[in-house]
Amino acid sequence: MVMKTLTGNFAVAEAVRLARAKVIAAYPITPQTTIVERLSEMIEKGELEAKMVRVESEHSALAATLGAAAAGSRAFTATASHGLLYMHEVLWWTASSRLPVVMAVAARAIGAPWNIHVDHNDIMDQRDTGWIIGIAQENQEVLDMTIQAFRISEDPYIYLPVMIALDGFILTHTVAPVEVPDQKEIDEWLPPRRQAYIVSPETNVVMGNLTSDDDYYMMRYSIQVAQEVAKKIIEEVDLSYGKSFGRSYGGLVECYKCDDADYVMLLMGSWAGDAKEALNVLREKGINVGLARIRFIRPWPSEVLKEKLKNKKGIIVFDRSISFGNVGQLFMETASTLYGMTNMRGVIAGLGGVDVKPEDFVGEVTAFVDDIERGEVYDTIKWLLPPKYRNHKLEVTL
Amino acid sequence: MPVRLSDFPRIRYGMPGNAACPGCPEAMGLRYVKMALGDNAVLVIPAGCSSVIQGYEPKSGINFPIMNIVFASAASLASGMKAAFESQGKDVNVVVWAGDGGTGDIGFQALSGAAERNDDIIYICVDNEAYMNTGIQRSSLTPAGAWTTTTWTGKKEYKKNLPMIMIAHDIPYVATASVGYPQDFIDKLRNASAIRGFKYIHLLAPCPVGWKFDPRYTAKIGQLAVQTGLWPLFEYMNGKLKISPFSRLYRRPEKKVPIMEYIKLQGRFASLAKDPEKIKVLEKEIERQWEWIEILEKATNNKK
Repeated sequence: MVMKTLTGNFAVAEAVRLARAKVIAAYPITPQTTIVERLSEMIEKGELEAKMVRVESEHSALAATLGAAAAGSRAFTATASHGLLYMHEVLWWTASSRLPVVMAVAARAIGAPWNIHVDHNDIMDQRDTGWIIGIAQENQEVLDMTIQAFRISEDPYIYLPVMIALDGFILTHTVAPVEVPDQKEIDEWLPPRRQAYIVSPETNVVMGNLTSDDDYYMMRYSIQVAQEVAKKIIEEVDLSYGKSFGRSYGGLVECYKCDDADYVMLLMGSWAGDAKEALNVLREKGINVGLARIRFIRPWPSEVLKEKLKNKKGIIVFDRSISFGNVGQLFMETASTLYGMTNMRGVIAGLGGVDVKPEDFVGEVTAFVDDIERGEVYDTIKWLLPPKYRNHKLEVTL
Repeated sequence: MPVRLSDFPRIRYGMPGNAACPGCPEAMGLRYVKMALGDNAVLVIPAGCSSVIQGYEPKSGINFPIMNIVFASAASLASGMKAAFESQGKDVNVVVWAGDGGTGDIGFQALSGAAERNDDIIYICVDNEAYMNTGIQRSSLTPAGAWTTTTWTGKKEYKKNLPMIMIAHDIPYVATASVGYPQDFIDKLRNASAIRGFKYIHLLAPCPVGWKFDPRYTAKIGQLAVQTGLWPLFEYMNGKLKISPFSRLYRRPEKKVPIMEYIKLQGRFASLAKDPEKIKVLEKEIERQWEWIEILEKATNNKK
């Protein structure tokens, strides 16, 4: 083990090097670019023995990664925002082909207008594709989660691609101390490449041709079964990693001071750090709040959330994304698990990188608790507008 | 080296139960690919007729390992596969088998990217001159005058000259072929597989359904396309363009079979066939095309 100061993107690159990925294909996009820049450097300096396919688009990036996986090699790609959206159909094809692949996503806002800052709408847009989707809070977790992603993806009970998200700029371009395991330790912990099938002259396998509708249905069903099994395996992998490297994060959800809490903030990504700071302030003020940080959006941790949160007095969900015409996606997911069991509120905040400070979390939680004390609360959507627009109301009267 | 079909093993490459239409040029072409490359090849097939021809899992109508993929990504998926085989120390022919839409239109970006990177794959454009799988809509490779379900009075624009565009990519190998001349196609596949880098073969594939002709004439129309001079067979290798033997026979204008022989067999050209002015324009186009190819042949073979 060595201690390094790494940006989130360089932490991803270190993880990919340690996992000994054999084929990497990517197309630059801010704020992902430095991941593949660093990987190219590693390959050219001989620190990583891999082939780099410098494709002409993200659509091709994932297709090339999928091709490498189909041919039997550990493959990696990385993207963000529009790149991820451009890949969308290939995301489906990859998951449905049941080929293990790992991708890092530097979570970033989607245009128009152009915006390169953090936002979760790009990853939330991929929830239905069959991918396992994880999201980290800080750089150490980025490295650990990326290494774990290879083991999860290549687990014979799963064989699904895994996407690891890290918040654009806040993690991707900010340095933090990161413990980097030794190659030997990772070689012992991460099994060699495993996959269900290889398309090659020796195997004569055909993948992806027409099926009967019945078989298609059953293949869809099998993806759901794998996602369900993944819930348990992600927890096991997290524990096993903790045993070897001293860091476990709680599996699908990090429950921070949840157990004795009356109220819980539910969110994901880097701003969980600010929310934890707010939590301590709130507790000093006598508001007994906990925090549930979603680490995996897919598979969705419904059982854990139900078990941990159903008896709370209220859950406040912070979404850094929105499903236009309805509510924030994280709220939607949480409501699908906890509806009717507790008071709930969904807050839309921080879109397009708008800064959300610990005092904003304090304010929102305090208001939520006050409202609950006056009666039952089920607010599907509340806007935490940017400070300079805070008194603004967008209303249309017909 | 010229090859004879009788030299090849009589193995069934197209299996019973494949879903090709009668007289399908793609089923013919796939057989030739296997004859040429043997067992050491993997096919990458984007959306198109050949996605269907394979038939229903759990079986396959084509005796090949195949990775099917979305429309726009065949070349890039092949690049990734090749990179993986290379990293495993395996020498495998990774072959893209894509239609004119998957090559010249929706798949063009990936094709151009893989060609520019000179990735070591064989890319075959099996050109039936329209989007046949979705029901005969025009593509950028549909020839002028042809009826399709989106050009009811005949396509106004000319066929995009993809082989020349690929030569402009400065790749080591570009060739044209026709299912009417399997020996020539097989010969070219073998030449291609011996070369490192990006190889592009453009295979003309007359489609009985989309071109509206009797299925028994697939090979004949494939030959007439060459004999009329409409589809010149050539090979561009090591920077030199050479007109292939079957086209060389019809090189001089007086040797060429009249274009009407090709046109009159195909229902898609029904309105064109009735318009002598348009036929004249087409004949001029053929001459212009040949002038251009001969200039290229001369220029590339004179250089040291």
